[in-house]
Amino acid sequence: MSWEIIGIWVATLLTFGIASFLYKDNPVYKIAEHIYLGVALGYGLTIYFWDSIKPNAIDKVLPSDGSAPEYLVWIPIVLGLFILLRVIPSLAWLSRWSFAVYIGGNMGILVPSVIANLLMPQLASAMRPLYDTAQPLNAQWGPLIGQAVILIATFATMIYFFFSLEHRGFVGKLSRLGVLFIMISFGAGFGYTVMARMSLLIGRFQFLIIDFFGRALGLRIG
Amino acid sequence: MVFLKRQFPVILAFVFGMLLWLQYYVPSKASNSMLESFSSSWLITLAGCALILGVFSAVFHHVEKVKARRAGFGYSLITLVCFGITFTCGFILPLIGRIAPGSGIEPIPTQPDTPFDWIFNNVQVPLDSTVFSLLAFFVASAAFRAFRARSMEATVLLLAACIMMLGRVAFGEMIGTQTLNLSDAAEWILNNPSTGAQRGILFGIYLSQVALALRIIFGIEKTYLGGGS
Repeated sequence: MSWEIIGIWVATLLTFGIASFLYKDNPVYKIAEHIYLGVALGYGLTIYFWDSIKPNAIDKVLPSDGSAPEYLVWIPIVLGLFILLRVIPSLAWLSRWSFAVYIGGNMGILVPSVIANLLMPQLASAMRPLYDTAQPLNAQWGPLIGQAVILIATFATMIYFFFSLEHRGFVGKLSRLGVLFIMISFGAGFGYTVMARMSLLIGRFQFLIIDFFGRALGLRIG
Repeated sequence: MVFLKRQFPVILAFVFGMLLWLQYYVPSKASNSMLESFSSSWLITLAGCALILGVFSAVFHHVEKVKARRAGFGYSLITLVCFGITFTCGFILPLIGRIAPGSGIEPIPTQPDTPFDWIFNNVQVPLDSTVFSLLAFFVASAAFRAFRARSMEATVLLLAACIMMLGRVAFGEMIGTQTLNLSDAAEWILNNPSTGAQRGILFGIYLSQVALALRIIFGIEKTYLGGGS
């Protein structure tokens, strides 16, 4: 039996193991779940090391291609070791320095990048004219209605989250309209998520039919 | 000592925060190189060490459970064995030169015919997709219980979800006319009212992110440093 066929058997048993949870919580599911946990821990750590830590830290301070070492990179390595000192209670406070550098630096990058790359483009998209004057209006009804709906939805949603005014009268009605738009958005998000999960489920059935029944068991399907 | 434990981290956050913020306004070569170095080497190394700490903590939890022979320790043993095998195949074997570790840029799973690749394809991938595909059943059963058209809001949510689900499959194209079917309706909902509502929410999220970042840089928000002395 080749490693490929053994792999298909392992994958099939694990698929059934996890799927057995649909019946109820059982030892087979728990075994598959704990295999998943162990493999995911090992996989995550390994990939992060080879993909990120080695090229961005180790190869820079100890270059193997003859280039000059970057001594400044020793600072994050030492700060990283401080993070690991959290396991020693008397020295755990040193990890605060590392977290301060990490969080502080990240926040410094975040302020201008969120404003320039996220907030401003969204504002610019919200401040577009409803129609193009260079083209006849009759040909633009679809985009015009769409753009008007976006504008009303954005404004009404913002009003719903605006608590400096009491939600009564016109503001109350606008806020209620905002809730309806939020519900449409959540419903659409929900439907989208369900369909994404369904496609994963179809993928598992395809694996069972094509790979397990077809290749591992040699059955002719269809 | 109190200064080093309490005030110094806040000063560090302020200095690094301001340095990297002001860097944005000075697009010189040196400034860009500082940003590049910080976001590649510094942040990745620190995040990596935090990941190592997290993995260590999880492994330690399971080792303790096995040592104390607590209920379900057999499952913890399975986790430890699987972690050990994956870590050995992906980390230790390439490190001692039994398997070429690659250039360091290319991730290990892309190298075919290694034990780590086998584990990835036959254990990690099937488990990953089966766990997430299970959610289809639970989401559907939760929706069945929660999506009752008891109010206007619930009805709108239900309708939008149904249109989206039906519009995303080939069957949706058959419902309606040739010029307007459920698939088009789903697309319209996603591109117009949903986009508008998302935009309204996103404005709030972005402004809160900036406000939180400013609070952290100026030392008003210090919870990320943790409690204790």
